[in-house]
Amino acid sequence: MPTSPRPILQVKSLKTWFPIGRHMLKAVDDVSFMLSSGQTLCIVGESGSGKSITARSILQIVGHPGRIVGGEILYTPDPAGPTVDIARLHPKRRQIRDIRGREIAMIFQEPMTSLSPIHRIGWQIAEALVAHGLMNRRDAMARAVDLLRQVEIPDPVNAAQRYPFEFSGGMRQRAMIAMALACNPKVLIADEPTTALDVTTQAEILRLIKKLQVDHGLAVLFITHDMGVVAQIADDVLVMFQGRVVEHAPVRELFARPVDPYTIRLMDAARKLGMAAPPARPLVTPGEPMLRVRDLALTYPAQASLFRKAKPPTPAVRGVSFDLYEGENLGIVGESGSGKTTLGSCLIRVLRPTAGQVSYRLRDGQEAELATLDRAGLKPVHREMRMIFQDPFASLNPRMTVEQCIGEPLRVNGLLSGAPLSRRVRELLGMVGLPADVATRYPHAFSGGQRQRIVIARALALDPRLIIADEATSALDVTLRGQILDLLLDLQPRLGLSFIFISHDLGVIRYFCNRIAVMHRGEIVEIGQADDICARPRMPYTKQLLAAVPEADPEHRFLLAEAAP
Amino acid sequence: MSMAATRDTLATASQARLTWLRFRRHRLAMVGLTVTILLYAIALFAEFVAPFNPDDSNARLVFHPPQTIHFLDRTPDGLRFHPYVNAFLLKRDPVTLAAAYVPDANRKVYLRFFASGEPYLMWGFIPGRIHLVGPEHKEDTVFLLGADRQGRDVLSRIIFGSRASLSIGLLGVSISLLLGITFGGLSGYYGGRTDWAVQRVIEFILSLPTIPIWLALAAVLPKDWPPMATYFTITLIISLIGWTELARVVRGRFLSLRSESFVTAAWLDGCSQPRIIFRHMLPSLTSHIIAAVTLAIPQMILAETALSFLGLGLQPPAISWGALLKEAQNVQSIAQAPWLLLPGAAVAITVLALNFLGDGLRDAADPHAH
Repeated sequence: MPTSPRPILQVKSLKTWFPIGRHMLKAVDDVSFMLSSGQTLCIVGESGSGKSITARSILQIVGHPGRIVGGEILYTPDPAGPTVDIARLHPKRRQIRDIRGREIAMIFQEPMTSLSPIHRIGWQIAEALVAHGLMNRRDAMARAVDLLRQVEIPDPVNAAQRYPFEFSGGMRQRAMIAMALACNPKVLIADEPTTALDVTTQAEILRLIKKLQVDHGLAVLFITHDMGVVAQIADDVLVMFQGRVVEHAPVRELFARPVDPYTIRLMDAARKLGMAAPPARPLVTPGEPMLRVRDLALTYPAQASLFRKAKPPTPAVRGVSFDLYEGENLGIVGESGSGKTTLGSCLIRVLRPTAGQVSYRLRDGQEAELATLDRAGLKPVHREMRMIFQDPFASLNPRMTVEQCIGEPLRVNGLLSGAPLSRRVRELLGMVGLPADVATRYPHAFSGGQRQRIVIARALALDPRLIIADEATSALDVTLRGQILDLLLDLQPRLGLSFIFISHDLGVIRYFCNRIAVMHRGEIVEIGQADDICARPRMPYTKQLLAAVPEADPEHRFLLAEAAP
Repeated sequence: MSMAATRDTLATASQARLTWLRFRRHRLAMVGLTVTILLYAIALFAEFVAPFNPDDSNARLVFHPPQTIHFLDRTPDGLRFHPYVNAFLLKRDPVTLAAAYVPDANRKVYLRFFASGEPYLMWGFIPGRIHLVGPEHKEDTVFLLGADRQGRDVLSRIIFGSRASLSIGLLGVSISLLLGITFGGLSGYYGGRTDWAVQRVIEFILSLPTIPIWLALAAVLPKDWPPMATYFTITLIISLIGWTELARVVRGRFLSLRSESFVTAAWLDGCSQPRIIFRHMLPSLTSHIIAAVTLAIPQMILAETALSFLGLGLQPPAISWGALLKEAQNVQSIAQAPWLLLPGAAVAITVLALNFLGDGLRDAADPHAH
């Protein structure tokens, strides 16, 4: 892509630091880059790398107590005109307010919290124009409708009269983009704008941003943690690690010849979980299935009360049937609202299904019908069937030490206590790769990845046979994701485990599972061998899902193919 | 302590300890804590702290004004530390015949710590005669905060009044807490119909106009009941209305905790219902409950003050801050003896201190809930 050579934004050795107690957290430390019109610069890094703070520094909206302590942010809107050093402007004075939103606009990760819930969409867009004194109310409203049309919101006239909660996540992000474009900015900063969205919606939003960039000649600064997205949209890439730039290169060069060890690690992790990785796991030789699910359904009943009109019953899971064999990893993939988490909760009976059978063959060969068992009957099943949760910060009791957390299932089932319990906990910690001396610590002392290891140790405490992992790696950074998956795969043959792995991330599922079930609107639309599903999908929905996955390869930019001019 | 050592201590620090570390950084809350402890200590050792018996009246010292303490005494050998107050003389204006107190520069009443004064029975059974501060000669009188209509020492009365006022706060909150945790817990843990019913009851109670209800309930109390019985009944009346706020706090926390994955995990681990509630859920609530309780005590104290001020709470001879303020109900006595309003200052200081303390506790317990 041809990029014009004049930089509109030039950041030179930017330093944004946060004084925390007596220490100085160098969130952004000596970061430099240039951004030109029509060009997309991606800043990529894991959580805590300082990529968001860099973006926020440009608009001087760094949260307290952070402060720009050095460097320059040179903004040259007009090549012949003067240059402003944004870093020198007072964050609350008029000059920066004129640039903020009007010249440089920003869109955020969570569109719901960035939109006011009590104002109509149209007015929220028009307000910026009126506030900057660019238009009167009537013209501004007309412009708002036009902007909604530009961001491809159907029926923009009516959409302008709606409230944010009436929009889906993708529509809200479109509205946010329309708002950002309202004053015809020259630079668009997008801070993880697609992270909270489903993969198909993400593809649409990325296409939209690309199209608008071409139409308006925008300079785009795109912040993301996803190497796939980077490969698909970037011209230049800035890799950040602990507040510093470790590598800065054109996208093709970076992907072809990464230099910095951290970049290489990041790239390897992304490729390992990418769709072009070596073929997925083969099928296990089926014997007798350990779990047989037939026509499972959960319908939330119609809710009627004295003052509320009855809502129709909502089916969350309908007619789901599958078998799971010993030693097998079954992946359940789907977008938000597809019912995959509800299905997982039904299998382990946190929720009670409204119809269907879940037959589980216990270790001693007995069959248990989970769908109808009571609490006492479930107890022996829950010793063999364990769960790993999505949020490692919420799934450990903050008032219990690691030892108490891991030992809890052993203690309440009356299996171990005292010194043998303590020994077993340390053995489990060793299994998940944590040193034994962390047993006396509290969960708050651990990072997300370490906490997830503790959760795994707790799940393993009772020598389970089946583990249901619900988005177990989604809250983790990409390098950690691979580590946790490898840990589980490593433990599997040693402990004779089977997994049901629920995720929205096809790459993770493909890496981890033998078979994949694709869920859509509460139903399994396709089920088959992992490799087959990914390489030769048969159902239209599966094809659509696969086509939306951003591949970590800048040579295959299929995602934006149709947006190219 | 080195950095690494600090990190290790923090890693093994329990939530209670972390809360305390955060609380200690909250300066206003630390002030609130100190003042609160001081106030309760004064109430506990009232007999010792108060210079006089609160019921000793003296018809010749009616509305005696407050006396200022002078710390340095001028003697022939120069200045020396010897606190005293100037005595007052009652003089009658020869024309109007109105009585007025004038300072008597010639007569000094010297004060000392741990003065031997009137005998008392601490808590009703420990005899003693030592007072924290008192005149050197026990037959002298000193009115640091003035005297009331019957010539009784206002300072001593405020100190003794704190007993009823502060303990009503604690006792009332304990009853409220019991009701609040029970109903809030039931409501939050079971949800559904139980929750609906409890919430409607709470809304009904909150919709009642409090003061008329208190009036009606207090009016039912027989006037000839002993002060102790009235005291407990008043406490009960106040807390019957005060528990609703606590119940809401507990319910809200239970509802949000119920959906936390660690509670689901505990259920899957095979924990029994009581174990889930008492081992996994309640410990996460204690700090919030302590904070809510601290914020509820001032409400109780204010309610008691209001009731007693209206003459429906504690009846003389029982002393509480509200009952003392009743003395200041008519304009004439305030004009003549403005120091009768001082029990109000005691109420304000207590309420402020407890509110600072409660705010600090709440912030420390849940640093993200803003």
